[in-house]
Amino acid sequence: MTQDLSIPETTTVRGESALGAFLRAMWAVVWKDLAAEMRSRELLSAMLVFALLVILIFNFALELDAKTRSTVTSGVLWVTFTFAGTLGLNRSMAIEKDRGCLDGLLLAPVDRAAIYFGKVLGNLIFMLVVEMIVLPVYSLLYNTNLFHPGLLLVILLGSVGYVVVGTLLASMAVQTRTRDVLLPILLFPVVIPLVIAAVKGSAGFLQALEIPEIMPWLNLLIVYDVIFTAVAFMVFDYVVEE
Amino acid sequence: MESKPRLLTIIDAVSVTLLVVATGMVFFYAPMEAVMGQVQRVFYFHVAAGWVGMLGFLVAAVAGIVYLRTGRRNWDTIGLSAVEIGMVFAFINIVTGSIWARPIWNTWWTWDPRLTTATIMELIYAAYLMLRQGLEDPDRRARFGAVYAIVGFISVPLTFFSARLFRTIHPVVIGSNQPGAEGAFDMTPKMLQTFLFSLLTFSFIFVSLLWHRVRLGRLAEKVEQIKLKVAA
Repeated sequence: MTQDLSIPETTTVRGESALGAFLRAMWAVVWKDLAAEMRSRELLSAMLVFALLVILIFNFALELDAKTRSTVTSGVLWVTFTFAGTLGLNRSMAIEKDRGCLDGLLLAPVDRAAIYFGKVLGNLIFMLVVEMIVLPVYSLLYNTNLFHPGLLLVILLGSVGYVVVGTLLASMAVQTRTRDVLLPILLFPVVIPLVIAAVKGSAGFLQALEIPEIMPWLNLLIVYDVIFTAVAFMVFDYVVEE
Repeated sequence: MESKPRLLTIIDAVSVTLLVVATGMVFFYAPMEAVMGQVQRVFYFHVAAGWVGMLGFLVAAVAGIVYLRTGRRNWDTIGLSAVEIGMVFAFINIVTGSIWARPIWNTWWTWDPRLTTATIMELIYAAYLMLRQGLEDPDRRARFGAVYAIVGFISVPLTFFSARLFRTIHPVVIGSNQPGAEGAFDMTPKMLQTFLFSLLTFSFIFVSLLWHRVRLGRLAEKVEQIKLKVAA
């Protein structure tokens, strides 16, 4: 892993473009997270089991019979993703903090934004993996077909926005005294527009509404993603600065 | 300790006088609204409190940006003070709105975009205060507070638009109404004067409170420093 982290330095020596160095540093962080996860599998398994438990609870809480299902499926899915996502985000940043890994990353002579986007991409991959497992399980358990390309698009856009804000706020939350409880409190009020848009967008595709009716929600998701990616890019330096 | 600035004393006096006059105007100068009756009078302070709430959160976000750029602690105190004042006035806004909504909409509460946004806004700034509470290092507390004030403030309009895509029943007194808004009315000149006067009054109150709160914040900082010195 140390080998990977040193790559950006050598590339600048070779005179590669700044963008190339940035992408390499970012990829190094992603690769580190994936490698660590491949060995321990603690993050994915926790998120996955948690997500399935949430769905199980919803089954009893809402009596998910065929009639209810058609209207609440998108809501159930997004609550599941949101909760499982918080679990993953918290864990992913706590690992960095506890084992002093974050300090190591910050010492690396790379752009801090590269570290941030590396973490975002890593978290996004974990979240998408969980979602791609939850979807077929939900389809199987409740006998509904969820494989609609439009729904997958909404899930992708929603997850990007969620992880972009979540990674930023998680890196703040882990540095506080009340770290484990703080992330959802910080994150949920800020991601509400995203969740509303994602739920309505998903429901639109699941109920086979006309595209013009779904478009406003897709636009909102895209706007949210763009705005918060830009904001997080600008302020991340101040969050990790010592 | 620095003595109370002359200007602040003047602003205090002006705020109190304006508040008394504004209250008088609301009850005696502004005509009674024909359909809704007396309860409509809550509108003047309702909107003014909402305006001060938004102003407080805006000031906090701007103070956050300035703090991150300059690193001067004063801006952090301003940000925190603005959030605290904003929360109180946003809450007054919600409560007065509920009082009006009970007879007009026949319910204390409804999930209208403005009501939803107001609630979520309160939750964002409650989270802001909790975030600050969890941090001991004053430098980090200031930086994180600034970042969250910016992120939270940007999300507010998005929350409003997303909630608005659901249909609204909240009246828009200034500007055009959406069809289906309940409890709408047109302002007579006297109503408009009262309304603008309330806005002015509450703006003065905001400035006065903010100044006092910033002075208090500076004193608290001084006490903290003295405590550290004594302990060392």
